[in-house]
Amino acid sequence: MISPEEIKQTLSKALPVTLVETQDLTGGGDHWQVIVVSAAFEGKGLIEQHRMVNEALKEPMADQRIHALSLKTFSPAQWEKIGT
Amino acid sequence: MAEDVLNKIDEKIKKNKVMLYMKGTPDFPQCGFSAHTVEILKSYGFPFATEDVLADPAVREGIKRYSNWPTIPQVYIDGKFVGGCDIVHELHERGELEPMLKSAFSS
Repeated sequence: MISPEEIKQTLSKALPVTLVETQDLTGGGDHWQVIVVSAAFEGKGLIEQHRMVNEALKEPMADQRIHALSLKTFSPAQWEKIGT
Repeated sequence: MAEDVLNKIDEKIKKNKVMLYMKGTPDFPQCGFSAHTVEILKSYGFPFATEDVLADPAVREGIKRYSNWPTIPQVYIDGKFVGGCDIVHELHERGELEPMLKSAFSS
């Protein structure tokens, strides 16, 4: 179990994030959907973007505080284009 | 021993235009992410091969090492790692998956 604040903090320590949006998918605090917008994703493929987030959240994933993680990653330009 | 598994995985991925490592089988997927990935792949009508990682713990660990990717399912097209459920879903929505499949089957 992990708090949304801790997810945000951990990510912003590892990456220059402009937005982190978390959704607790089951209410149990360990299945998360996370949207991450970061300038570090610019020009990178999806695999690489997801690798960066997985790497940043390696510890809580390894000790099962995060059991399942569904990711959506965007560069700031991509994020603006989808207009949300 | 561990290298044997990686070689076996590599062989399968190179032999099949589309290779899906999943939990369960296309007819009886054992996990929602695997089920969703099967659904997306089926929607294009191209054939794809699958392997059930639950049937072999060595493959289950081996495939994660092979791609350096922590989760299953994993999709490979034309010998290249494409991603897991989230990425395949995203590529599907962006309309980028079909051209990848078409190009794999036209080569």
